[in-house]
Amino acid sequence: MNGTHHTNLNLDGIGLLPQLVLILPFAIGLLIYVLTVIISNRKYKKWSFFRMGYWLTGSICAISSITGPLAELSHSSFEAHMFSHLLLGMLAPLLMVLAAPLTLLMRALNVNIARRLSRLLRSRLVSFLTNPIIAAILNIGGLWILYTSNLYSMMHHNISLYIFIHLHVFIAGFLFTSSMIYIDPTPHRKSYIYRSSVLIITLAAHGILSKFIYANPPNGVSISQAEMGAKIMYYGGDVIDIVIIFILCLKWYQSTKPRLYSPLRTAYAEYPQ
Amino acid sequence: MTSDNMINNNNTISRSKNLWSGFLFGLGLAAFIDEMVFHQLLRWHHFYDKSTTDIGLVSDGLFHAFSWFATIGSLFMFADLRRRQSVLMTRWVGGVLLGAGVFQLYDGIIQHKLMRIHQIRYVENVVPYDLVWNIIAIIMIVLGGLLVFRTRKEYIT
Repeated sequence: MNGTHHTNLNLDGIGLLPQLVLILPFAIGLLIYVLTVIISNRKYKKWSFFRMGYWLTGSICAISSITGPLAELSHSSFEAHMFSHLLLGMLAPLLMVLAAPLTLLMRALNVNIARRLSRLLRSRLVSFLTNPIIAAILNIGGLWILYTSNLYSMMHHNISLYIFIHLHVFIAGFLFTSSMIYIDPTPHRKSYIYRSSVLIITLAAHGILSKFIYANPPNGVSISQAEMGAKIMYYGGDVIDIVIIFILCLKWYQSTKPRLYSPLRTAYAEYPQ
Repeated sequence: MTSDNMINNNNTISRSKNLWSGFLFGLGLAAFIDEMVFHQLLRWHHFYDKSTTDIGLVSDGLFHAFSWFATIGSLFMFADLRRRQSVLMTRWVGGVLLGAGVFQLYDGIIQHKLMRIHQIRYVENVVPYDLVWNIIAIIMIVLGGLLVFRTRKEYIT
């Protein structure tokens, strides 16, 4: 089957169902977020307008990648597919992590449930999943499997596979981003060096995979489409990763803020003249 | 005596921090110029070359990722030095030259020639390009090394 034909039957074949299934979690997420902001604003000072904006924009990014014209185009064009995957797997997770959903939830829930939630966050499973290395493997490892096996072409013919892969891309992206930058309460913290190293290796694996796709198009993708798609993946990934790197470094900068006098200055001041 | 040691200790730390911040920034800067000027503006470098070896792909990926991180991280390190009033500008500049030179030499010899990720320019005779490229790299390393050596005992006043 060739790139342009196998896809036409798909969207019609897949129809509305997978689109609805994929929209649902994001629509519910948006609704819960807005409701929680309303509840939280009654109890505490007003929730940040920016954070609300992040969540809204993140949800729109995710939804536009799984339904509407971009999603439709993604079935026949690998470039569009790559662009929509950047939205779903990188930009939407980043924006939604910045929206601090757990912090918001903790403010709105009553104490008992909030405690239970925080116990869940401290559990071993969550600790495992939000370990930067595990999150990175889920994230980039998943992409390697998707694009270097038959999975990519199979995805367009199998509804449940299609839904599973898209959910995985988003969830893995969210886990990875939240394992890198700590916006929400994070019980299992890793050092800056540890997170930076994992981030660099992950970003490298992402770049290597893009160039691999450039040279070895996935099944059913034409060479020119693979070349363009690979570049979108490479440079698009860079742009979003710069934001993650910047926030990680900014947090380091804030955390090492010297006290009023640096030790050196104090040492000089104490030094007998 | 303890204050003396403390000052010495702090000066050693500042010297090393200035050197590292400069080195990483130089590395990132060279990689950034490589990407901006030679890949995007001149379009001499290719995104991918059919003769690229696998190890070349991995090396390119790691260096690309590391240089992005280094550019941003080193500037935050520099900001940290500034707020602690411990910038040693000459040493920092020496670090920048050293970092940029090391990256360019690695890129020019190991990545372009041995791993064949891509050539500087796709022309019949690439030798002059390679020569200019690597000689500039060596000049930067020598200059940077000189500055770093001369500031090895510099302290914050």
